[in-house]
Amino acid sequence: MAYVAVKGGEQAIAAAHAWRAEARRGDPAVSKLEPAQIEGQLGRAVERVMAEGSLYDRGLAALAIAQAEGDLIEAAFLLRAYRTTLPRFGVSLPLDTTAMAIQRRISAVFKDLPGGQVLGPTTDYTHRLIDFALPAQDLPPAAPMAEPDPAPMPRVADLLAAEGLIRPDPADAGEPADLTRAPPALPLPRAARLQGLARGDEGFLLGMGYSTQRGYGGSHPFAGEIRMGAVSVEIIPDELGFAIDIGDVVLTECQMVNQFHGTKTEPARFTTGYGLAFGQADRRAMSMALVDRALQAGDLGEDVTAPAQDAEFVLSHADNIEATGFVEHLKLPHYVDFQSEIEAVRRLHAQARAHAEAEAAE
Amino acid sequence: MTDPPLLSARGLSLAFDRVPALAGVDLDLWPGEVLAVVGESGSGKTSLLNVLSGRLRPDGGVACYRDPDGALHDVHAMAAPDLRRLHRSDWGFVHQDPRQSLRMAVSAGGNVGERLMAAGARHYGDIRTVATAWLERVEIDPRRIDDLPRTFSGGMLQRLQIARTLATRPRLVFMDEPTGGLDVSVQARLLDLVRGLVRDLGIASVLVTHDLAVARLLAQRIAVMRGGRVVETGLTDQVLDDPQHPYTQLLVSSVLQV
Amino acid sequence: MNGYNFAYLDEQTKRMIRRAILKAIAIPGHQVPFASREMPLPYGWGTGGIQVTASILGSHDVLKVIDQGADDTTNAVSIRRFFARTAGVRTTTRTEDATVIQTRHRIPETTLTARQILVYQVPQPEPLYRLEPSRAEGRRMHGLAEYGAMHVKLYEDIARYGQVAISYDYPVMVNHRYLTSPSPIPAFDNPKLHRMPALQLFGAGREKRIYAIPPYTDVRSLDFEDHPFRPHRAQAACALCGARGSYLDEVIIDDRGGRMFVCSDTDYCAGRRAAGHVGTEGAAA
Repeated sequence: MAYVAVKGGEQAIAAAHAWRAEARRGDPAVSKLEPAQIEGQLGRAVERVMAEGSLYDRGLAALAIAQAEGDLIEAAFLLRAYRTTLPRFGVSLPLDTTAMAIQRRISAVFKDLPGGQVLGPTTDYTHRLIDFALPAQDLPPAAPMAEPDPAPMPRVADLLAAEGLIRPDPADAGEPADLTRAPPALPLPRAARLQGLARGDEGFLLGMGYSTQRGYGGSHPFAGEIRMGAVSVEIIPDELGFAIDIGDVVLTECQMVNQFHGTKTEPARFTTGYGLAFGQADRRAMSMALVDRALQAGDLGEDVTAPAQDAEFVLSHADNIEATGFVEHLKLPHYVDFQSEIEAVRRLHAQARAHAEAEAAE
Repeated sequence: MTDPPLLSARGLSLAFDRVPALAGVDLDLWPGEVLAVVGESGSGKTSLLNVLSGRLRPDGGVACYRDPDGALHDVHAMAAPDLRRLHRSDWGFVHQDPRQSLRMAVSAGGNVGERLMAAGARHYGDIRTVATAWLERVEIDPRRIDDLPRTFSGGMLQRLQIARTLATRPRLVFMDEPTGGLDVSVQARLLDLVRGLVRDLGIASVLVTHDLAVARLLAQRIAVMRGGRVVETGLTDQVLDDPQHPYTQLLVSSVLQV
Repeated sequence: MNGYNFAYLDEQTKRMIRRAILKAIAIPGHQVPFASREMPLPYGWGTGGIQVTASILGSHDVLKVIDQGADDTTNAVSIRRFFARTAGVRTTTRTEDATVIQTRHRIPETTLTARQILVYQVPQPEPLYRLEPSRAEGRRMHGLAEYGAMHVKLYEDIARYGQVAISYDYPVMVNHRYLTSPSPIPAFDNPKLHRMPALQLFGAGREKRIYAIPPYTDVRSLDFEDHPFRPHRAQAACALCGARGSYLDEVIIDDRGGRMFVCSDTDYCAGRRAAGHVGTEGAAA
């Protein structure tokens, strides 16, 4: 019988994709999930996908989540692949988070402070009990409203800085780098590190940040401040020459305040770790701030001993799109290389056998 | 002295956190000579070794090395590739902890062979022959040539490090407490070995040690350091038998009491 | 395809990549960092090769894509279709007809010519990474041409196995200067790298590196004088076309240890059969 090599087959691929599409729709008797529902009711997922996809577009993120069947890494990947094709019209001015329309602002280092503690929308103080009544509930009872406090809400780090208690961030020279437009050159400047962390995998950031708390490169963090709310984005179009407001983004910003022992030229002061995330994302922003501070170890003359302090290690492995692609590429065919390995092992076996036979013959 | 010095340092200074580690250190090392730098921990002797070998940059002063062609090189003005090449060929460094320079996941033969290969050796059989000879020379059973260093005792590891360092026949070897972590009985054997090798190969060496007995056994000259300064220097026997500086006297007498 | 530029990438990006390619050609074997873009294919699935191909492709080019030497493997099909869709270029499975060949893990058996470009997909451009995981330190080693550690790896193999045990992604010295990964091609293919008339471009998307071997460049597989490099293949003839000099895939045909060997290069095999060569299991085409 003549052997016919298996044709990988465009047909098989098309059928596999069709099957997946069918599975995505689920039971046709259940109504289809609309991206608007995801956008409105799975907001935290949308925000995570926007952060890891590096694109602030709630509607598109919701669509990506639907298309990816709730696989958030896959959804972020869809968003990234779309983002890369978009022309760049301009670059925004630095966002002014002191002018944030605050929804939430808490500090763990002061009992009270100008502007007060504002809890905002949170589940922080709930008991994590599955709410069996939730499916039956249509509208929750209305939350009580209050007038926003007109008092300014200075950032805690700025309050400490005014007293000279915080080591000022060394200013990076020139325009910050963009990792998506220029190849990263090691060692990365802080701006590039922050960008890498801001789009990093939340689980990875969490694990790395957590490891610093367990003694692997710890620096005694305090949550100086976490604030969340809308910040306006401004650009200066070339043809106008002055700044215009192009819309708002909702952000969570975290500044960790950490110990610092000082060096031969500097007195002991506090240092800060910085975290910024799209949407309401305390965990993400806090983790990022912990890792950012750990990565400053080298700059501060501290010993670099822990994984979270190793910028090359952290930033080379934080990106879940890169990681998932490379891990999953192992399912592509590798039979040519494997064949060469089989041949090599067989050669070694034959050699060992010949050796044993020769010895036996002696 | 007819030959010019191999290594010359003038006015070396260095401070950590405002604490001076080196203050105005002058030093000369002649070809084939072993110079012991002694002093208590914190006296600056390890800093001196690191500065002389280019691993640390001094705050002030200069260290010059004379290459086989007689050309002088300011160690701290050399381009990084040149300094690294020097460390791979003409120079050697023996650490107190051999794990710092050995590759623990590479066989004994591979460890000795690495410097040969870095110097361009490309004949497996020849590399193996040289590695075998070096293992014998440092009293390691050549049948262990394919064993990993992690199966070696502390003394064997130190001897393997020495074989690896000397395989390219360097002219100058920096030694940092080479017998530091070893039992007394193992130390004696190693010292004997090092003394023989240094003599036979005509190697010059800067040897840092806190142990005056080690200095007495290996070094022709000695420099006594305290607080980052060389307080006394001279022929080893002379300095140890008739110390002039009060600190040297104290050092020598405290050894005698032990 | 609607809404996308020719060959997917915008022209500025292509220009940036072409600049990296030119630099890579100027310094054979040296890894040039480039601002790798997010692609609609996952990392590790050929994003580097695709970006290189997209940047050099013109409308008159004829593209061939292979994976494991075959035109019909899933990833080759996917990438070929990507360019058919986004660039509308002609595609082919015939090696001779292609002007650009994108490959994963093989070099075609048919000798390439000076009018062809071979684009490799590279998962890990740094040949030193298993010995030295820090890329910063690796760069230093390349800068100083400190490759002793790589020879130690070869030495250890010979000491342990009597021979070098690297069977694919076998490191090479390009133009007597840079230690280079040939990508995970079998060591059998390494001799083809040497003085190849075609331009060879290597793209690593996730690692953001491009490197090149210009036409007719010396490429030497690392070895020892008394243990010279030797390419290996299965000791068999292709069951379909009878070829004895090509790289062979092993196909398991039953659960009783039955197996046969067939050419990994499907186009080469088909060409031989068309020319009347027949193996033990093959039917004349």
